[in-house]
Amino acid sequence: MKSDISNASSSVSMKMQRRREALTAWLFSAPSLLLLLFFLIIPFIMAFVLSLTDQRMIPNPNLPTEFIGLRNYIRLFGEETFYRAILNNFIFAAIVVPLQTSFALILAMLINQKLKMINLYRTIYFSPVVVTMVVVAVVWSNLFNPTEGFINQFLKFISFGRIQPIGWLQDTHWAFPAIMILSIWQGVGFQMVIFLAGLQDIPAELYEAARVDGASKWQQFRFVTLPQLRNTTIFVVITTTILAFKLFTQVWVLTKGGPQNATMTTIVFLYRQGFRQLRVGYASTIAVVFFLIVLTISLFQRVFLKEEGGR
Amino acid sequence: MRQTKSTTFGKFMERFLKYAFLTILALFFLFPLVFMFVSSVKNNEMQVVSDMSNIRGFIPYGDLGFQNYLDVFTRMNFGRFMFNSVFITVTTVVLGMIFNSMLAFALARLRFKGQHFIVSLIISLMIIPIESVVIPMLLMVNKVGWIDSYQVQIVPFIAEPFFIYLFYQFFIGIPRDFDEAAVVDGASPATIYYRIIVPLSRPVFASVAILQSIFRWNEFLWPLMVTRGETYRPLTVAMQQFFSQDPKLWGDIFAFASMITLPLLILFLFFQKWFIRSVASSGIKG
Repeated sequence: MKSDISNASSSVSMKMQRRREALTAWLFSAPSLLLLLFFLIIPFIMAFVLSLTDQRMIPNPNLPTEFIGLRNYIRLFGEETFYRAILNNFIFAAIVVPLQTSFALILAMLINQKLKMINLYRTIYFSPVVVTMVVVAVVWSNLFNPTEGFINQFLKFISFGRIQPIGWLQDTHWAFPAIMILSIWQGVGFQMVIFLAGLQDIPAELYEAARVDGASKWQQFRFVTLPQLRNTTIFVVITTTILAFKLFTQVWVLTKGGPQNATMTTIVFLYRQGFRQLRVGYASTIAVVFFLIVLTISLFQRVFLKEEGGR
Repeated sequence: MRQTKSTTFGKFMERFLKYAFLTILALFFLFPLVFMFVSSVKNNEMQVVSDMSNIRGFIPYGDLGFQNYLDVFTRMNFGRFMFNSVFITVTTVVLGMIFNSMLAFALARLRFKGQHFIVSLIISLMIIPIESVVIPMLLMVNKVGWIDSYQVQIVPFIAEPFFIYLFYQFFIGIPRDFDEAAVVDGASPATIYYRIIVPLSRPVFASVAILQSIFRWNEFLWPLMVTRGETYRPLTVAMQQFFSQDPKLWGDIFAFASMITLPLLILFLFFQKWFIRSVASSGIKG
């Protein structure tokens, strides 16, 4: 009888405790969840809804916003500038991602050696990562100056005057490569550190076993390092690809998409339409298409990583 | 005997080539920064321009001093821009660490209905890039009159799914025994969070603080959209606007650029290990 009562009271107190715990949990979660709701989830849903309307930033009282179905999408896919922007993002990804990834891996392997002062080199290679992109763009624009810039003078010097001055940011052929160069310069240290962490996770025994089997340095790299870095490489490739599609700051500072749309990107186009032209509905359409591209790239990552887990 | 001699020579050559290669790469990463700092301390604008086409651009000589730095302060409201950037970055980072870790704590250490749903929600939200929500967000903040303010540059960036996930991963890994012992002693969840979890989680707090500081300090697209006048303008937007004025005063531009770069660069040099570790920790995502 007595134990019954104590059992009942303890189960009541257990319930009370559970309820208190749940209440605390919700109190702890509320600030972040509300912020995510207002500044991520709702705007995200709004982007889809607005993309089906002709909403403008400053509404015209005589012309109420209307639901226009897929008209924005049809217009967007008929617009040459948009194709140029998407194509540029793909070109940027196709060139920068392989270059930057292999460059980062080479740097990581170099600084993973046991050498004196190697940490100094690591610091130097990483330092551009902490330099603001706006500053990077500004400094490189000086280096790329067609007449007095250091880079043209340097090219002229090492080619004994054979390389003629390049117009870089003013030239439709060279503006985008110039932006690629400074983007790699700024970003490669980040990937290098991620590769370095991956390299340091590879068990030393694997290399020892390979050496015992008489594997050359190249074979060790090919059959130990690369397979062991598979997931790291996928991560680096995917994040760099997504960054390639987000390309904005350096382009806006240097060329604003010009000359003649040579450096136009999806986000520059979105900014121009949404902020400059105040076409909220149309810009939202660009945002939705942009999101779908990023989503597809992220799904690739999950598929590839799953494969690895299943083995 | 000859064999050993040639191998020691070979070793020396190998080492020499390694350092030569490492140094050439170091020069590639350093030259724009050296060029920026060196040009910024050349008082004579004519000299800055005439030096930029050759190796003299990297050598501090001639009339050196901080005239360009003084000019930046007198020609524009530089102090204000600097304060804005520091204030926005610090506030966002501090509030972000508190709120994001609190949510992660509830998800990782407490039991309540719907928590599994929230965890998967957070993971899905990590995919949404900020660029795809800026336009609707601009419409929203415009409606509530937040354009040109501090809060518009702070509040939307406090909660961040990626950081919640980093905290969550870390908290999940802390052994349960720690809080069970505390529960027996009658500690409330809030006490456990504050007294046990937070002190044990310094590495993840450091990672989030560093990554968030880099992201906030560099933010460009959003402040470009939501600031109008100089009052709330951060350094990045101010730099871009100063840079787009003609004729370009390169000495002043480099002084301005140096002053944006130095705070983060100095922090990096002091807390290198933490910077490297936090970047490496961002790699476990996915």
